[in-house]
Amino acid sequence: MRGRRKLGRGIAMVGAGMSKFGVFRDKDSKYLFAEAFQEMLSTVDKGVDPKDIDAIYLGNFTNDFFVRQGHWGPIISDLLGFTAKPATRTEGACASSALAFREGVFAIASGFYDVVLVGGVEEMSKRSTEEVTQGLAMAASPYEAKSGFTFPGVFGAIAVAYFAKYGANREHLMNVTIKSHNNARLNPKAQFNVSIRDIMNQRIERAKKMGQPVPKWRDEKEFLSDPQANPVVAWPMHLYDCCPISDGASCVLLVAEEIARDFTDNPLYVVGIGQGSGKALHAKEDLTYFEATRYAAQEAYELAGLKPADIQIAEVHDCFSIAEIIHIEDLGFFKPGEGYKAVAEGLTRLDGAKPINTSGGLKCKGHPVGATGTGQLVEIWKQLRGEAGERQVPIKDLRFGAAQSLGGTGGTSTFVILERR
Amino acid sequence: MEERLLNDISYERFLNEEKLMGSKCLKCGSLFVPPRPICIKCYGTKMKWVEMKGKGKLVAFTCIAIGPPFMIKEGYDRKLPYVSGVVELEEGVKVVARIEGVDGNKPETIKIGTLVQVTFLHRGEGANSTTFLAFKPL
Repeated sequence: MRGRRKLGRGIAMVGAGMSKFGVFRDKDSKYLFAEAFQEMLSTVDKGVDPKDIDAIYLGNFTNDFFVRQGHWGPIISDLLGFTAKPATRTEGACASSALAFREGVFAIASGFYDVVLVGGVEEMSKRSTEEVTQGLAMAASPYEAKSGFTFPGVFGAIAVAYFAKYGANREHLMNVTIKSHNNARLNPKAQFNVSIRDIMNQRIERAKKMGQPVPKWRDEKEFLSDPQANPVVAWPMHLYDCCPISDGASCVLLVAEEIARDFTDNPLYVVGIGQGSGKALHAKEDLTYFEATRYAAQEAYELAGLKPADIQIAEVHDCFSIAEIIHIEDLGFFKPGEGYKAVAEGLTRLDGAKPINTSGGLKCKGHPVGATGTGQLVEIWKQLRGEAGERQVPIKDLRFGAAQSLGGTGGTSTFVILERR
Repeated sequence: MEERLLNDISYERFLNEEKLMGSKCLKCGSLFVPPRPICIKCYGTKMKWVEMKGKGKLVAFTCIAIGPPFMIKEGYDRKLPYVSGVVELEEGVKVVARIEGVDGNKPETIKIGTLVQVTFLHRGEGANSTTFLAFKPL
């Protein structure tokens, strides 16, 4: 690297919104994005005239495959009445809207635009699980796909390598899942806003009502160890280690720092931004970390002049439980091989020293892939502004929050640090 | 050996001929499997094809219960998971491949470090024919 990077001018986030994430047979991509946009408008404290938005950057991975329609930039621009202003689609697999965010930041930092909408959308649930699996596998390397690797499969192999190197086991993955569900229980926008305990109780009640044998799980881990309740998807990834198939949209409004107070007295500032790329599975020197995430983190920390310890809360890309453990290590929150211990000790819980995925994460909030990157920033927006309701973290002087997005099996990774001043 | 372009098309043709091939930089000696047209170590421009012995050890694996349509067509499903893995070859480079001769329903019996030998799985006919790289325990 050739010295510290800098942005041409400061960037502020002045609004953030998302649709509910879930499976919606009756909602299409346009409707979902309209939901996200309407909520975003409602969060701009002093209001924004949509006619003042200069451009839109839209993340979408593969609606081309999922709904047989491409070229989503102008479709969404037209939906919002933005034509003939520029609309640009970004694609970085599951990090697609994180790339839209980055392009929006650069567009304003360059001085070209002052007000930019960035967001993402994905409509996945109208295909079968097998077809979605095939569609997502398009973001893996061609060698992985041909070897039969699915997305859960790649992360399964990574988990096997992590277990062997650091002595972790399935129980450590369960700690991530249980925490995610506990957080999502407090998030009305989450696809699964129930705890594992809630799910167990529902199953027990149903069995009683139907006169079937009542399951005898003593705790959440016994439930998650039951192959009937939690079947294998790609060993050691089981159903409750995997994010669901989801539909949804999200967006945030970015403006030049010098005009931020025209929109709100409580803006968030984009102080760190980083992106990296990574090799295919076979070419990795070590399967237990993501070079793209480490690079993205370094870029963002350097720009912000911050250290991992300065970040108080973060959303990370837990497409699979093992990924959350690896990301919190790659971002420097915990040392390599220590992430699973930190989760086991409760450090990443809502009331822990370093709350991770307070939204419930991809696992429970849902993962409409193109909408996830900016969806994570919606959560950081709420937390830093003290608007997260029941799931507000109890940290005093909350100032720095961050979000990390992973595209594919580590091919793309991004990291964004937001500050409340 | 005839001149073949250093790309995935040639790599696939070699697999079809039951050869696991990579490219070696004539300047610095770096080896890449599958082949790369450019040496990313020294950016030397001259590379040659080299054949792997086809022996290695398993470094990671997964047993997949929900596969893509082409694996389902082979009969794999939730009751009969297949195994995909990462193999480190004797030559020092890693490849991803299907792992045969192990029980996808008993992951606890599959051990990292297991010595494996290459095998080639030919599937389909004519224009639809393809060869899958696979390994099985020695």
